[in-house]
Amino acid sequence: MLELKHIDKNYNPGSVNELCLFQDFNLIVEDRQFVSVVGSNGSGKTSMLNLICGSIDADRGQILVNGEDITGKKDYLRQRKIGRVYQDPARGTCPNMTILENMSIADNKGKVFGLGRGVKKHRMEEYREMLRPLGLGLEDKLHTRVGSLSGGQRQALALLMSTMTPIEFLILDEHTAALDPKTAEIIMELTDKIVREKQVTTIMVTHNLRYAVEYGNRLIMMHEGKAILDKCGEDKKAVRTEEIMKIFNEISVECGN
Amino acid sequence: MALILSVLEQGMIYAIMALGVYITYKILDFPDLTVDGSFPMGAAVACILISKGINPYLTLPVSFLAGAVVGMITGLIHVKLKVRDLLSGIIMMTALYTVNLRIAGRANLPIYNEENIFDNRLVNAVFPAALQNYKTVIIIFFIMIITKYILDWYMNSQSGFMLRAVGDNETIVTSLGVDKGTVKIIGLSIANGLVCLSGCIFANQQRFFDISSGTGTVVIGLASVIIGTSVFKKVTFLRVTSSVIIGSLLYKACVAVAIRVIPASSDLKLVTAVLFLVILVIGADRRKKVKKNA
Repeated sequence: MLELKHIDKNYNPGSVNELCLFQDFNLIVEDRQFVSVVGSNGSGKTSMLNLICGSIDADRGQILVNGEDITGKKDYLRQRKIGRVYQDPARGTCPNMTILENMSIADNKGKVFGLGRGVKKHRMEEYREMLRPLGLGLEDKLHTRVGSLSGGQRQALALLMSTMTPIEFLILDEHTAALDPKTAEIIMELTDKIVREKQVTTIMVTHNLRYAVEYGNRLIMMHEGKAILDKCGEDKKAVRTEEIMKIFNEISVECGN
Repeated sequence: MALILSVLEQGMIYAIMALGVYITYKILDFPDLTVDGSFPMGAAVACILISKGINPYLTLPVSFLAGAVVGMITGLIHVKLKVRDLLSGIIMMTALYTVNLRIAGRANLPIYNEENIFDNRLVNAVFPAALQNYKTVIIIFFIMIITKYILDWYMNSQSGFMLRAVGDNETIVTSLGVDKGTVKIIGLSIANGLVCLSGCIFANQQRFFDISSGTGTVVIGLASVIIGTSVFKKVTFLRVTSSVIIGSLLYKACVAVAIRVIPASSDLKLVTAVLFLVILVIGADRRKKVKKNA
């Protein structure tokens, strides 16, 4: 279980550009929930993910994982139990390393990176088996540099790499936004499959309202640092895309977009 | 023949230094000026130990360790005190000038009459008379090759993968639960260890320590790395460490030719600078660096 308690976050405090994003923001994510988060730009979606992952610090408040306070914990220590996929496919993989090398380092996540051999040759067959269901032909390209793959291929690999080791949370930060519609669809289906198989608690930020409605068992809409809509379980199933679109347009008009 | 021998000797000694510069400049994307201080430090360590009668071969590991400590301090300044990369190096380079003077005790320390790693009873007995002229180049070759293979071995370890990853994509290092600051510090340690080792071998070959011998080390290192990596970019069977070594040899050859045609030895630095500029422009490395993560 993930808890955000009484979070305050200001950007550029004390300057003319001061921006109060969160004020007493609270959120509880139960185990095995698949939360879709939507909202306009600047509503605090990505900031929320950054707070959870430790990429930014809150001014006030607490973040708890299974009751343990992780507020002051270093980002790299937190991320041993968190898988994160970014909007930019380049951030989830190493471009100058091969697929095999990338998968080998992902396989070692959270453990000591010592003087053992970097490439886990004995795991090669298993890596191939993991890549095969993607249907992208990556299983025959283990020795190809990741930098020469397409955005969709890299994102599929990044998704696979982020979930190779046992993790408590999967954080998806607009991970289909930089892909063409067809590839985005493939990645989204793959995401759903992985989340179901691994039973991992997931928070997905997306600008695609249809994905937010179709996938996951909870939907949150954020606006100016607040969750203005929060539907769970049966309520969530009843939600229609048009409905969400309507609310979304209303709040956007308020902002003057 | 003497010229070729000298190019080979110097080229291979500086190749070890260039391997260190390769780690900082190419892998970590860290323009490390510490090397201008850690190179003469190796020379100072070698000369003072040898003049005190210590086995010359011991100067090799000792100087590597001394360089590793220096690199670690540069890394700590950069990572923990959050000083910019270039400035961290400049601070260390400046500080090391004094440190090197203190180690050697003075600005010049000759060891002409002492045994060194190329000239001692054991080596002189092992090499037959016909090979006496080549013993230096042969010994340097072996030290360089061993260094290269150990570095290759390290770069293919899990820790080495993290080093490559941190230059490639810092985000992924954090997401793998590894502190990227620590990885940078390790990289700087290894790099300066190699540079210091190179300075140690240089002093053994030259038979003296000179406080100014480090000036311009970083330029030689960068030039070697850029020649090596841009000329042999397409040659995939060649490991990048081998390319850097060949780059160092080519650079030393260019300088050897330049020395013959320039009017006075005081012009050498200008020639070096121009040569470096030409290499940078031909290598077109800057454009490639920007696109690296695309």
